[in-house]
Amino acid sequence: MTSEIILQAIVTGLMMGLIYALIAAGLSLIFGLMDIVNFAHGEHLMLSMFSSFWLWSLFGLDPIFSIPITILLMAFCGMLTHYFLIRYILKAKMLIQICATFGLSIFIRSIAQFLWTPDFRNIDKPLLEGRLEISGVFIGQPQLTASLVCLIAFILLYLFVTKTETGLALQATAQDRNAAEILGIPSNKMFAIGWAIGLGCVGIAGGMMANYFFIFTDVGINFALFAFVAVALGGFGSIIGCLYAGIIIGLVESLGGLLIDPSFKLLYVFAIYLLVVIYKPQGLFGRY
Amino acid sequence: MSEKLLIAKSEPLWNTDKRIISLISGLVILLFALPHFGLNSFYLHLMIMIFMHAVMAQSWNVIAGFSGQISLGHGAFFGIGAYATSFFYVQYGISPWISIFLGMIFSGISAVLIGIPMLRLSGHYFAIATLLIGISFQIIFQRWDLVGAASGLWVPMTTGDSWLALQFHSSKMPYYYVFLIFFLVTFYLVWILSRSKLGFRLRAVRDDPQAALSLCINVSNYKIIAYVISAMIMAPMGSLFAQYILIIDPDRVFNIEISIIVLLITVLGGIGNVWGPIIGAAILIPISEYSRIYLGGTGGAVDLIIYGLILMLICVFRPDGLISFIPKNILERKKQR
Repeated sequence: MTSEIILQAIVTGLMMGLIYALIAAGLSLIFGLMDIVNFAHGEHLMLSMFSSFWLWSLFGLDPIFSIPITILLMAFCGMLTHYFLIRYILKAKMLIQICATFGLSIFIRSIAQFLWTPDFRNIDKPLLEGRLEISGVFIGQPQLTASLVCLIAFILLYLFVTKTETGLALQATAQDRNAAEILGIPSNKMFAIGWAIGLGCVGIAGGMMANYFFIFTDVGINFALFAFVAVALGGFGSIIGCLYAGIIIGLVESLGGLLIDPSFKLLYVFAIYLLVVIYKPQGLFGRY
Repeated sequence: MSEKLLIAKSEPLWNTDKRIISLISGLVILLFALPHFGLNSFYLHLMIMIFMHAVMAQSWNVIAGFSGQISLGHGAFFGIGAYATSFFYVQYGISPWISIFLGMIFSGISAVLIGIPMLRLSGHYFAIATLLIGISFQIIFQRWDLVGAASGLWVPMTTGDSWLALQFHSSKMPYYYVFLIFFLVTFYLVWILSRSKLGFRLRAVRDDPQAALSLCINVSNYKIIAYVISAMIMAPMGSLFAQYILIIDPDRVFNIEISIIVLLITVLGGIGNVWGPIIGAAILIPISEYSRIYLGGTGGAVDLIIYGLILMLICVFRPDGLISFIPKNILERKKQR
């Protein structure tokens, strides 16, 4: 095993990690805001990949150009989710909240399977193709673009949450929704915005991944699991923690796959999750 | 408060309304007599599936309803039970009657091993960890050559019906009685559990861990006990299911759908209530089987669409399940004072 192979694995893991980070950031934002874990996150990712696919296959729109539409669609989908489901279970017991979003995930996945069959699809000849070679390490162009776009989106999200007025209002609602309401921040509106942004992030990640990933109805499960792990690793509700956690997971996945056995990728990530939640339950970078 | 506790403690097990007792015993007799009314094998299969899923949901009810820990990977214990009987029969020729108990023991041991680190987690952390556990088991069994890896195990068929090998080819009737007896025994035991000291302590752990801790209830020990009981209820159903279909593979017995359906049945019927899983299974399993007959077979997953929809509707409109439609004074069977 040469150093080039290891370098290759590190680069691959890093690029995947940035995508995980953005997906996890959406999850973390929603969790921090309203204490609800969106168990349908993977299914939302699947929907965004399919939106990208159908825009390409029906209207001939390349995934690069359809990204804004995908983001808007997913943001709308987030608002719908909040309006039709989450609104009603805000005050329910945690068990009911988990069951409700879990039910949503089953519902979306099986509807997708009913409408589009479980076939694997991919986008033929997207604009982004081919790969670069930098001193023996191959980097796929779509992968590179996707991870850069995810990084930029992540930075924008972070700036939005920490610098803008709406972002600060989101944080205030996350800390104490009653106090925020007294100060004139409508928490219901904030929740809807939180869902829109959270799923907007997923829309970006899904839209970019549609360039090179197979698109099928179960695609979201693994990504959602990694996103859960990333959120726990970074500390529930901490957005910047997601970035580090996503990268750690990406590296563990690719290096573990290279050095031990690729078929047990999920188990390595799972082991990391267990270690972290048992010994450092507030997460590696958690605020709480 | 103290008065209530005293009443709960002094209330003997059989001090129940005579009408309820006669209703239940009537139903039990009806269930025993049912196969002799000329049911065809489809209806026998339907009843068997109802019994099986009611017990599986009851198992989930013990951990989630009584002790308040949401496990999203309970299919793992079902799979362990299924693999235990098939593996020991295929490899060593041990009768399934013995290996049902071996399966229970294996599943109990794995529950302890999983439970000790994981039940220190609570809430979302535990739910996510169990989701990962369920999938990890599937991955491990898919690659474990000793138990047939991804192609699974075929149980060698006996030439005729055999009680020793627990295989019946001529009729589903013996299976019906085996499942029925497991169903009745499990429900009786869980009913006793729910009214025992252990049951009250588990509910205390669920409702307020801090207060329970202050009353010298070792919270994490009781969570592990509930997890082990729950796992040991689940395993025999896996074993019997393996004997019923006689071919198992990791994608079937460790399927995430099993974890979903036990959750769904319990939440539909009424979580934390002994009778919830029966109501849930009696309503959901016929829906599922009929939707498979009329709409399934195309890979359309229509039954899953219905499950997801029902789960969301129940969570929004009836978080206490269908059992909350029944007036409380009938269920509680409080003595007139």
